[in-house]
Amino acid sequence: MGEHLPILQVILPLIAAPVCLLIRHGTVCWLITTLVSWLCLAIAVLLLLQALDGGAVRYQLGSWVAPWGIEYVVDRLNGFILVIVAAIGAVVAPYALRSVAEELPERQIGLFYVMYLLCLSGLLGITITGDAFNVFVFLEISSLSSYALISMGRHRKALHAAYQYLVMGTIGATFFLLGVGLLYLMTGTLNMADLAEQLKPLAGSRIVLAAFGFIVVGMGLKLAVFPLHLWLPNAYAHAPSAVSVFLAGTATKVSLYVVLRFIFTVFGFEFSFAGQPFGPALLILAIAGVVVCSLVAIYQDDVKRLLAWSSVAQIGYMLLGLSFATALGLQAGLLHIFNHALMKAGLFLAMGCVFLRLGSCRLEAIAGVGRQMPWTMTGFLLCGLSLIGVPLTAGFVSKWYLVLAALEKGWWPVAALIVLTSLLAVVYIWKVVEAAWFRDPPGTAGRVGEAPLVMLVPLWIVVAANVWFGFETSGSVDVAKAAALALMGAVE
Amino acid sequence: MSGGLLIALALLIPLAGAGLIALSGRWPNLRETVTIITAVLLFAVNLLLAIEFIGGETPVLRVLEPVEGVPIAFAIEPLGMLFGLVASFLWIVTSFYSIGYMRANGEARQTRFYACFALALGATMAVAFSGNLLTTFIGYEALTLTTYPLVTHHGDAKSVRAGRTYLGILLGTSIALLLPGIVATWMLAGTLDFRAGGILSGTASDGVVLLLLGLYMFGIGKAALMPIHRWLPAAMVAPTPVSALLHAVAVVKAGVFVALKVIVYVFGIDLLNSSGAGALLVWIATITLVVASVVALTKDNLKARLAYSTVSQLAYVVLAGALATQWGILGGGMHIAMHAFGKITLFFCAGAIYTALHKTEISDMQGIGRAMPVTMLAFLIGALSVAGLPPGGGTWSKWYIALAAAETGQLIIVGALMLSTLLNIAYFMPIVARAWFTPRAIHPARSAGAMAAPDGGEGLKEAPLFCLIPLSLTALGCIVLFVFAGELQAFLAPMIDGLSTKGR
Repeated sequence: MGEHLPILQVILPLIAAPVCLLIRHGTVCWLITTLVSWLCLAIAVLLLLQALDGGAVRYQLGSWVAPWGIEYVVDRLNGFILVIVAAIGAVVAPYALRSVAEELPERQIGLFYVMYLLCLSGLLGITITGDAFNVFVFLEISSLSSYALISMGRHRKALHAAYQYLVMGTIGATFFLLGVGLLYLMTGTLNMADLAEQLKPLAGSRIVLAAFGFIVVGMGLKLAVFPLHLWLPNAYAHAPSAVSVFLAGTATKVSLYVVLRFIFTVFGFEFSFAGQPFGPALLILAIAGVVVCSLVAIYQDDVKRLLAWSSVAQIGYMLLGLSFATALGLQAGLLHIFNHALMKAGLFLAMGCVFLRLGSCRLEAIAGVGRQMPWTMTGFLLCGLSLIGVPLTAGFVSKWYLVLAALEKGWWPVAALIVLTSLLAVVYIWKVVEAAWFRDPPGTAGRVGEAPLVMLVPLWIVVAANVWFGFETSGSVDVAKAAALALMGAVE
Repeated sequence: MSGGLLIALALLIPLAGAGLIALSGRWPNLRETVTIITAVLLFAVNLLLAIEFIGGETPVLRVLEPVEGVPIAFAIEPLGMLFGLVASFLWIVTSFYSIGYMRANGEARQTRFYACFALALGATMAVAFSGNLLTTFIGYEALTLTTYPLVTHHGDAKSVRAGRTYLGILLGTSIALLLPGIVATWMLAGTLDFRAGGILSGTASDGVVLLLLGLYMFGIGKAALMPIHRWLPAAMVAPTPVSALLHAVAVVKAGVFVALKVIVYVFGIDLLNSSGAGALLVWIATITLVVASVVALTKDNLKARLAYSTVSQLAYVVLAGALATQWGILGGGMHIAMHAFGKITLFFCAGAIYTALHKTEISDMQGIGRAMPVTMLAFLIGALSVAGLPPGGGTWSKWYIALAAAETGQLIIVGALMLSTLLNIAYFMPIVARAWFTPRAIHPARSAGAMAAPDGGEGLKEAPLFCLIPLSLTALGCIVLFVFAGELQAFLAPMIDGLSTKGR
């Protein structure tokens, strides 16, 4: 059993999806989904522990030997990402029960869980596979299911948002496929480890360079790198609450993982950073993204949309860490993937609770909600403080390492920018806080009660994690460091 | 009891107190009893710690390591011990005062008020006992956030605006300046511990030292150096007990305390002298203390005048540190305690005047000395102490600071200090004089608010005893400190002993 963990990680949700399709009964599907998500988390943790102890875990599908067969590889980097994805999945699943029942028509509820399981399986598959084409396959599974999930949003605009995402996501996936095709053309292999070997003598090739471009831009679209982010705010704002939480915590992180995997493992550090001005280009885009999107976030009236813009800005921080092209920078970026998943999931969870009670997340609608839903909004506040980077929260640890990495490079202005832009986060988080606590509720609305426990508990688990990983960081910092060193060590 | 445990208790007691206060919110008498007990326990723990410390122990406590190589650590040193003692003692007094003030003024949301107060004291303890810069930073930020609900207590548009200024400046400067300063210190020195003689010497060029000093001094917004002092007058929208303990003692003293600690234990006064960075800071502090005094003169609102006076007095402490001599450090450390007692008395009086007579503007306070003789006497003592005149404790701290300025040969600074003392007298004494020597004005419209005022302007009308006794106690404290300043000096002496071994 133990040696089959890598395939179980993907196949469990993949099989559970058609099972749910046959059952169709909302609550039963929910139960299956929840159980499967928790199992996935357990498997992911076991895999990460194995990878941390004894090096990469390799699994040959159908015993076809790599590089001919498809190989699943779990090393420190993707073991870390697997845990993030599975953990967010495990938190969202129980939360979805009430949230989905409220936001979706009855007959769609079973289908929702089908799509959700497919999406989870796709994201886990992208992360675990060691095969470049297999990444594309799972990318499509997760993308198609997420288009469907987003379109289930209550408002008709959700359809438009899903369509927008569909167009952009398809372009991204096509670019990625073109890149992989070019690599196959040059090397005749699709296994990542094998690709890395075969590409070494081809460093000067223009075709390889083109493949690099296609893959990075293609994944950049899915990752919502500024300025390829325009699909994201609509998608997050109009999707059902549970979907916003899930996607905000996982989808962009997995795309970023793919970029890292290709840059470091497949193309190699030398090719990516030394051979071309990739680092500076990334730096500029990251900074532009952080500044512009934080500013845009300040001017949003809808909290979910505000958080979505903030997500794009936060992706900038992760890329910033990457663009330093140092072990410390990479560590900071990886750490921020983890910490940002925690804080943004918490913020969206809280907004899901508010949406359940009020049917809206607009600032004028949530006026005074802090008094009526104190637990929810306190959770929001704590995750917001984490986003700002207040000490004793996870966000502070991220910020510390980012600033440290910038100073290590001697880039004072970048360090200054990191801290200045986190002040913009103060502004947009405090807009929500002031509305929730200091404004009077709109006259038309009656008093609303606190969110149900089945939603509050997941929220507070995430809140507790935000605080926990703010001072007991061996689980996050050490793993991020090990992963960063492994990535850098592979090339130095 | 071991020292580490005592430090842990000092941090946990206010937290537990806040929890119990929140739970007992439905029974006001129980809630206030919990507050008082928590405050007394906290002071007792501080006393025990001080006894251990005087006995030669240096208690330490290490908890966890949130970022690699830098643990959350607490350690006792003289200045922090003094700060902890002063803050926890004055919390007891303020708690009694709060009961009188909050009930007499019928304030809403009192449970949140008392709970946040306890949390703020917990954060203050964390700052006071912090053993490295990271821990200081954690406590510092926690103090900002826990006092925000107190500043915005009334919840109206005005307090929300003030809250924005408060949070914006304090959080903004600490994240944008202090945090990079700390990270840079870690890069340069490889440690963030507070060590006698400093950790930065020999690690950075003079230019970098100057830059770092700037990051620290303006990053520590709670020290209210101009031009980042705006948050302090803004914070005056809070109920007066908050202004008294937090914005005259805990929060602002946390600011200058950290500033002084950074100067002594991170830079080291030798480095400050040799790099020339101190000289610039001396000027910034001096300008702040003169300008703030002048601004205080122009304020008619009593609390606003007191706030600007605080800005000015805080600059004394920063100046004392920046002079980078033994007398300066000693004077700065003493001024933290002296000014705490003086200014809290003044705020207590301001609150008592508001509670009894509903007056906030100085121009309305004609003849109130006859209605509130005890309050106005306490006000006089507090004012004398803050201005640095006998029989107030402030005499001694200002004396040492002036001595330090003279020792460095900067006569202009000595002159500025004298000028500032004159200004202090100029903005305090008219209040006292108006209260005693002008006939009481009758404002029917205004005094209508004061319910039981059939006296028509004559007769006693003091604030409730819960207000009156605390302010008398702190006024007495000012005089006690004047008499026992020698003990205070001996207590702080190890701080500068550490310096003198460093080859002066």
